[in-house]
Amino acid sequence: MSVATANPTAAAGAGEAAEPILRVRDVGVVYSGSTVALDGADLDVPEGQLTALLGPSGCGKTTLLKIIAGLLEPSSGSVTVRGREIEGPGPDRALVFQDFALLPWATVLDNVAFGLRARGVARKEREETAQHYINEVGLGGFEARYPHELSGGMRQRAGLARALAVNADVLLMDEPFSAVDEQMRRKLQEDLLDLLKIENKTVVFVTHSIEEAVYLADQVAILSRRPGRVAKIIRPDLDRSGDVDAIRRLPSYVELVDEIWASLKHYVE
Amino acid sequence: MSDPTSAMTSSGGAVVTGEAEVSSSSRSTFLWRLASFALAFGLWELVGRIEISLAFPPASAVMRAFFEMTASGEFFASYADSLPPLLVGLFITIVGGVSIGVAVGLARTAEWFFVPVLVIFQTAPVSAIIPLLTYVYGIDDRSKIVAIVILGLPLVALNSYKGIQATSPSLLAMARSFMTSRLDTIRLVILPSASEMIFAGLRLGVSGAFIGIVLAELLITPTGIGDLITYNRSIARYDKMFAAIVSILALAAVTLGLMQSLETRLFRTEKRT
Repeated sequence: MSVATANPTAAAGAGEAAEPILRVRDVGVVYSGSTVALDGADLDVPEGQLTALLGPSGCGKTTLLKIIAGLLEPSSGSVTVRGREIEGPGPDRALVFQDFALLPWATVLDNVAFGLRARGVARKEREETAQHYINEVGLGGFEARYPHELSGGMRQRAGLARALAVNADVLLMDEPFSAVDEQMRRKLQEDLLDLLKIENKTVVFVTHSIEEAVYLADQVAILSRRPGRVAKIIRPDLDRSGDVDAIRRLPSYVELVDEIWASLKHYVE
Repeated sequence: MSDPTSAMTSSGGAVVTGEAEVSSSSRSTFLWRLASFALAFGLWELVGRIEISLAFPPASAVMRAFFEMTASGEFFASYADSLPPLLVGLFITIVGGVSIGVAVGLARTAEWFFVPVLVIFQTAPVSAIIPLLTYVYGIDDRSKIVAIVILGLPLVALNSYKGIQATSPSLLAMARSFMTSRLDTIRLVILPSASEMIFAGLRLGVSGAFIGIVLAELLITPTGIGDLITYNRSIARYDKMFAAIVSILALAAVTLGLMQSLETRLFRTEKRT
């Protein structure tokens, strides 16, 4: 069973990739001396685009995202943002968590303002900024609510607003919609695309759903397992100019989902 | 309500809990508690009236003795003896217990030393050791204070420690990803998250402290509220003896209630209903 390893820089040349804002070079992670989670992972993330990290469970896609976030230190290799090697978390990157990671004892407003508070922004200013993003993600009117009073979808909107509020260039999203039901997930995906039309963000989006990756991403990085590395880069190149809902009906969308499934199948069997 | 420029449209108010629901449920909890008290006192009254033993007077007789003792100033005199060491002991238990627990939980360098010691104190039959305190401190207030601290502090410290340890790794990663300083992480994430366990420990510790003061006064220095219990038992005034016990229970309950409201006010605002 061999995996075709594509050179990401060469593959990216196929589409009209923008200048990469984030570069992952030869990143390897070895846990407790022997377990290899990632081995020579390379990835270029073009500015202003959404890159999906797609792969079977256990391929190290969340590990790679945590490394990019600066929460994990790779055993080898490097991650650079705008040419500068990262040393831990930075103001240029903001994370959206799979389990939302909202403070249960804080209101939506305080949760969204958390990142700003950690940066020492004065109360009035951080609450104004938080309020702006609460409105933008569609949570207006819920700012005084506590997380346990919200549905899963609304909690993740709060998580997204918190990441947007710190005004980082790169949004890192770790399977953000996997903890909500299918209908809500579709709605959140559509709303995310709408939001990204206003907010000029670079997004790295971890998912195990082929449909989600193809629907959202400008670039899909398919990760392989053993060795955990970027095996293939696909640029969906779908026409996103019109209604977000129309994307799911495009023939090219359906074909791509099939194509990726064909290449991922052998990992599952 | 949402902003006209809003890009994401609200998913149609899926609010799980309504405010009205919460407050009505807390009111019914209160009524159930009241019912529980009424039931317990009713049973006590009933059993007391059967006159199984002279040493078990009905609730009404105990209540009568309670008011009698309040009016005559017996309680006042006893608590004047018991309260100062109790307050000092409680202060050390609370402040010392929380500080040790939080410090060990955060630093983890002293974990290997403190945790076994605290577990030993928590499980040891301390009442056997308490009389020995007189060898060190004689029969003054210091013995009482040490007894209170021995019974209360390990519970507070251990629970605080466990509370700190139980902070969700996901919330810690969140704080780290937003470059939160260590101090802010402790202040904004770890302490509020641990507050539930810390206060659970404080409740146990305060109960332990009340047991400690009574034990010390029963076993070491026959003064204060412990003496009130012993004396009335020795002259077979069981109604007064039980009234003295009820008074210390009531004091403990009020202290615990105050702490509960302090916790909700300080840390867990989402539980304020």
